[in-house]
Amino acid sequence: MKKTLILTTALTGFAFAASAAEVTVMSWGGSYTKSQVEAYHKPFTAETGITVNSVDSDNPATPIKAQVEAGNVTVDVADVEFSDAIRLCDEGLLETIDQSMLPAAPDGTSAADDFIEGALQDCAVANIVWSTVFAYNSANNDGTPTTIADFFDLEKFPGKRGLRKSAKATLEMALMADGVPAAEVYGQLESAEGVDRAFAKLDEIKAEIVWWEAGAQPPQLLADGEVVMSTAYNGRIFNAAIAENQPLVVVWDGQILDFDLFVVPKGAPNKEEAMKFIAFSTDTQRLADQASWISYGPARKSSGAMVGLYSDGKTPMAEHMPTAAANLGNALVNNFEFWVDHDAELNERFNAWLAN
Amino acid sequence: MADSTTNPEIGLTTVDGKPLKEALAYAQTRARRRAFLLVLPLLLFILVTFILPIGQMLHRSVYNDGFTTHHDLGTRVDTPIMVNLAAWFDENPLGVEPDEAAYAALVTDLIELKRLRAPGSAGTRINYGLSGSRSLFTQGARKAGKLQAPFKEALIGVSPKWENPKLWQVMRSASSSYTGAFYLAAVDRTQDASGNVEQVEDNRRVYVKLFGRTLGVSLLITFLTFLLAYPIAHLLATLPLRYSNLLMIFVLLPFWTSLLVRTTSWMILLQSQGVLNDAMVGSGLLNEANRIQMMYNKTGTIIAMTHILLPFMVLPLYSVMRPINPSYVRAARSLGATSWTAFRRIYFPQTVPGIGAGALLVFILAVGYYITPALVGGADGTLISNLIAFHMTKSLNWSMAAALASLLLAGILILYWLYDRLVGIDNLKLG
Repeated sequence: MKKTLILTTALTGFAFAASAAEVTVMSWGGSYTKSQVEAYHKPFTAETGITVNSVDSDNPATPIKAQVEAGNVTVDVADVEFSDAIRLCDEGLLETIDQSMLPAAPDGTSAADDFIEGALQDCAVANIVWSTVFAYNSANNDGTPTTIADFFDLEKFPGKRGLRKSAKATLEMALMADGVPAAEVYGQLESAEGVDRAFAKLDEIKAEIVWWEAGAQPPQLLADGEVVMSTAYNGRIFNAAIAENQPLVVVWDGQILDFDLFVVPKGAPNKEEAMKFIAFSTDTQRLADQASWISYGPARKSSGAMVGLYSDGKTPMAEHMPTAAANLGNALVNNFEFWVDHDAELNERFNAWLAN
Repeated sequence: MADSTTNPEIGLTTVDGKPLKEALAYAQTRARRRAFLLVLPLLLFILVTFILPIGQMLHRSVYNDGFTTHHDLGTRVDTPIMVNLAAWFDENPLGVEPDEAAYAALVTDLIELKRLRAPGSAGTRINYGLSGSRSLFTQGARKAGKLQAPFKEALIGVSPKWENPKLWQVMRSASSSYTGAFYLAAVDRTQDASGNVEQVEDNRRVYVKLFGRTLGVSLLITFLTFLLAYPIAHLLATLPLRYSNLLMIFVLLPFWTSLLVRTTSWMILLQSQGVLNDAMVGSGLLNEANRIQMMYNKTGTIIAMTHILLPFMVLPLYSVMRPINPSYVRAARSLGATSWTAFRRIYFPQTVPGIGAGALLVFILAVGYYITPALVGGADGTLISNLIAFHMTKSLNWSMAAALASLLLAGILILYWLYDRLVGIDNLKLG
C-alpha cells in the first residue's frame, strides 16, 4: 500500500512536471502527421524544450467541438480544414490568434503580406495548401487520362472509379468535367440548375463508383486494382508513388485547392505554448521543411523558393506541389463561404442521391 | 419456540418483547436496504453512463438555443440574443407581414450579435431550416451598424434574401429554444412559409427511405442468422460433448475476433479483385469482365453483418436446445408421428424462447449497426446509423442526429412492445 502510494505520488509529480511545458497537437494521421512531426514538432522541442504530444483523428474538427462544449479540452492545437475553421470560429469555439505574433519572412516581408490570400483568419493560421486531384494506376489503364472529363468517360476508360463520399469537391469536379470553367463553378452551384447538372453528370458514372472516406483508402484501392481511377488527396498519392513505388499517376487537371489551418480550441490547457507552437511552425523555414516530407504546398510565399528535395534526397518536390505553375492550368480554389452556407443542403441532397 | 412468546394483546413477540410482525418488518427492511446498497454502484453506473446520456440526447433533439442564447465559452457567461425580434414575434402571430418594427428589431439584434461575435452560431441555427442563410447573418451583422432607417429597405438593400417569407418562418420557429423542427426534418418534412407541414422536395427525401431500409435489412439479417444458426445450434446440442466443444470453439472464435478484422476480411474475400472473384475467374466460372460486385453495396452489408451477428443467434438457441430431453421426440415417433411432425409439434415449440431471444438480440444490434455498413455498404448499403454518424461528425448538427437517434430508439421500443404482446417477454431465454 505504502509502495503504491509512493509510486502514484511520484507519477503525479511527473505528470505535473510534464504539464508545465507541453503542448498537445491534433492532426490527421498517416504520412501527413509524420511530416508535421519531422518538420515542426522535433525542431520546436529542440529549440524551446516544450514537449509536443501528437494525437490523431479522422477529422480534428469533430473532437474539438465535443471537447469545448463539454468544457473538457485536452487539445491545444488542431489542424482543421478551411470551412471547419471558419465555422468553429463563428460558433465561438476557438481562441482568436493575434497575427502580430507571427514572424516576418527572412526578407522582412510582414506575415500579413507573406501568407497566401485567405491563409490568415481571425482564429486560424494556414500551414499547407493541399488539393483534391484524381489519380490512376498506370498498370491498370490502357490509355493515359489527362483531363477531368476523362475521369467521367466510361467509354474511353472503362472500370470502377473511387470518389470521396461527400458533396464537397465531388460536385465541383462533376461540373468541371461537364465543361464548366473553374471560375464559374460556384456560380453554377448557387443555382438549382447547376446542382442538377452536377448530379446528372455524376449519374453517368454512379454505377461504377466505389466511395471512400479516409484519406488512406484511395492509394489502397488504386494499388489493389479495385478501381482504375480515384479522387484523392494529392500528398497521399505522392507518398504511395514515391515512397512506396506504386505506379500511381496524379492528373492535375480539375484539381481543387484547399487550406489546412492551425487553430486553438477555446479553453486549451496550454494556450501560451500553443501560440508559440503556431508561430514557430508557420515560419518560412518550417513550412518549407514540411514540404520535404509530403507534397503539400507551404502557405507562405517566401517558403516556395526554399522547397527542395523529398526526404529520399533525390526527388525534387517543386513539380509535385499543387501550387506549381504547371499544375494550375485548370485548378479551382475551394470556396469555403459557399460550403459553410450550403454544406447542409447539398450534403442532404447528396445523401438522398446516394440512397436512391 | 424458544425466542418467541405469546402475548394475548399483541400476538406473537420475540424474546426482547417486540411484536413479531414489527421485528420481521425491521429485518426485511434491513435486508432490502443491504440489497439496495449492493446494487447501488450498478444503479449509479447505469444512471451516469446510460440514462443521463439518453436523456440528454432526447432533450437535444427538441432543444436548440442557437438563436436564443449566446454561450461565451471562455467566460462561461450566457447572454440572450435576438430578444427584440423574439418580442416582435410574440406580439405578432404567424401570418403577419414583417413590418418596419420587425426589421428595426432585427437590425438591433444583428448589431448585438456582432458585439458578441455570435452571428455565425445564430446563422448556423437558421441555416438548418433554410440553407444559404448563414452568410446572410455574418454579412448582415457586419453591415448592421451602418444601416439607417427605414431599416426594412436598408436590410433588403444588403441582401434581397431578407425578404424571403420562409426565412421569417424559420426565424420565428428558432426564436423559441424548444422546437419540433428537427423531428419534422428527420421524417423528410418541413414547414412552409405559413407554417404548414409539407414534404421536402423529392430529391432531398432520404431519412424515411433509410429507416425503411434499415428495418428491411435488419429483418432479413435476423431471418438469415436464424436459418443458419438453427442447424448449427442443433448439431452443437446433440453431438457428444467432446465434438460439440470443438465446434463451439469455431462459433466463439470469430465472436472473440475484432469486429474490424472480420469486416476487412470480408472485404478481401468479396471485393471484385478479391479471393472469391479471383477463384471463380481462375476456374473459368466467370470471365474477367463479369466479376460479381459483392462488396460496397447492400449484398456486402448483408453478408458481413449476418456473419458477424451469427453467434448472437447460435448461443441462445444452443442454450435452450441443450436441455431438451431427446426422449420427447422419441416418444412422439413411437406414437406414430413422422419425423417432420415430431419436429414441428415437439422439438420446435421448445426452442421458441431461444429463437425469440436470438432474434431480438440480432435485430436490435442490426438496427443500430454502424461500422460494418460504413465500411462495406457503399451507396445502397448505407443504413440510418450512418446518417446519424454523418450528423454527429460531419455536419455537426447534433440536434438532427439526436432526433434521428430518438426515432430509432422509439421504433425499437415499439417493436419490443409488439414482441411482448405477441410472444411474451417472459418467454425469452438468453442462456
